[in-house]
Amino acid sequence: MMIDLGSDRLGPSGDLFYAELLQAHEGLSPEDSARLNVRLVLLLANQIGDLDALRAALAKAKERFER
Amino acid sequence: MARYQYQHFGYVPPPELSSRPAPSRYPVVIVGAGPIGLAMAIDLAVRGIGSVVLDDNDVVSVGSRAICWAKRTLEIFDRLGVGERIVAKGVTWKIGRVFHGDREIYKFDLLPEDGHKMPAFVNLQQYYVEQFLVERAREFPDLIDLRFKNRVSGVKHLKDLVTVSIETPDGPYQLTADYLLACDGAKSFVRTELGLEFAGKLFEERFLIADIELKADFPSERRFWFEPTFHAGQSALLHKQPDNIYRIDLQLGWNADPEVERQPESVRPRIERVLGRSDFELDWVSVYTFQCRRLERFVHDRVIFVGDSAHVISPFGARGGNGGIQDVDNLGWKLVAVLKGHAPEALLSSYDDERIRGADENIANSSRATNFMTPKSGMEKILRDEVLDLAGEMAFARKLVNSGRLSVPCSLGGLPLQTPSADAVLEPGSPCKDAPLRKDGEDVWLLNQLGEGFALLSFGSGPRIEVTDIAHVHVARPGEGELQDVTGHAFERYGDGMTYLIRPDQHVAAAFRIPDAAAICAARDRALARP
Repeated sequence: MMIDLGSDRLGPSGDLFYAELLQAHEGLSPEDSARLNVRLVLLLANQIGDLDALRAALAKAKERFER
Repeated sequence: MARYQYQHFGYVPPPELSSRPAPSRYPVVIVGAGPIGLAMAIDLAVRGIGSVVLDDNDVVSVGSRAICWAKRTLEIFDRLGVGERIVAKGVTWKIGRVFHGDREIYKFDLLPEDGHKMPAFVNLQQYYVEQFLVERAREFPDLIDLRFKNRVSGVKHLKDLVTVSIETPDGPYQLTADYLLACDGAKSFVRTELGLEFAGKLFEERFLIADIELKADFPSERRFWFEPTFHAGQSALLHKQPDNIYRIDLQLGWNADPEVERQPESVRPRIERVLGRSDFELDWVSVYTFQCRRLERFVHDRVIFVGDSAHVISPFGARGGNGGIQDVDNLGWKLVAVLKGHAPEALLSSYDDERIRGADENIANSSRATNFMTPKSGMEKILRDEVLDLAGEMAFARKLVNSGRLSVPCSLGGLPLQTPSADAVLEPGSPCKDAPLRKDGEDVWLLNQLGEGFALLSFGSGPRIEVTDIAHVHVARPGEGELQDVTGHAFERYGDGMTYLIRPDQHVAAAFRIPDAAAICAARDRALARP
């Protein structure tokens, strides 16, 4: 099955999530911000729990550095 | 087309300083003859209540200032009698395009459905809106007393009256009023005079705003750029206005010197880079700082704050002027009901509940847009850049791109005046949706059928009911009644067989699948805050 990464599933919560993500990073050093992001990735990966979806997301995220 | 000709409205000595008779007490004094004060006076006048409008100046707004008028505001303007004129003069648009660098990442349509009299947005300079409102106000010579060059120099408020001190070219005088409506803008004198705290947030960001006159045929769209090559690293916005005037907003950063930036020799090269041409004239330039602030309460005994005097909101959502007009819409009928003795004074506290919700929604949306546009740290910048990069391809990321969430009406659902309903197709608290109808062979609009008072609005074949003192508007199937839903839009938006109690500001107060007179009267009494 194709993994659909693009469709919007946040709906009206998107702006709120963005605001709360900014807030979570507020006052952190760049290194601590990176740590926060890694912790988030790990928690969300576990929440998704589907290796195929995670591989698709990894590949999509990496495209940026392969252009 | 010639550029706007500013006309002076002129000063007329007030009755208090001439031989004309003056009442000892006025029902309503409005401070400020901007769009909010003028709309307020007209809203009261169409409901039969007179007011005195005081303004220190005698000319419309200098510079275009508020230019984007949203659909709900246009519907309110239509109720006040200036909507059609504003649409006719303005530039109608509904498409927005968002660019990252020079690449278009997406385009949005603000009114994807048919069957509304008013468009999603009309761009029209504030000076035209004020001029049309002044001309409309003058159609009520017995009710609206416009007093230009009458500067308020003092306000004293007691529990049940307000005394206003006024300076004029002929010297000072005083007025006493039942209510004072402070529509005197972001720097409100009345607010300062009452010593009220105006709490909120200042964003460390400056934008240049310029109106330019240019003979060009750019499409009627809103265009927003993140990091365009013509304005490196910053944001830019382009809007079209009538008379060959274009609005350009350019992000300057916090270190920009406003005095330097507003000089033509600074502005012109920036605009030339945006347009790639120099055959334009500067019409108006301003540099502004983003702020979001509001009063803790808008009602202070007999002094009520309306518009920017009550709340200021960063731009890029068209939420300042539109929010203020929605304040007017909310307050007008309530103040009239109280002044006419149809409702207790407690009704006015619902203006606080309902419009503080609106102001908070506007402030939240505007703050988020500002945070997206102006990242405060390296991490915020990275997050913003990656969202923009993903946005070209991924729908979810497009939804996160925030170039301003454009003004939509606030829902009043769940607040005390509304009666909850399990059956509603259009929820209590929602503004009424427009729809095309046919009446005696003529095309008409649903919103224009609603009068100045409460209305029962029913659809199709459901039970019909009449209630004393409440006008009944019935929308029938094609070929069946006086007012017909020939396109099906009205039935789809409200539900066949439904009956709604509509507030005088065209919001749903209650909805009934099976209406009965007692329940309707109870909902009406609740909407009037009757005990």
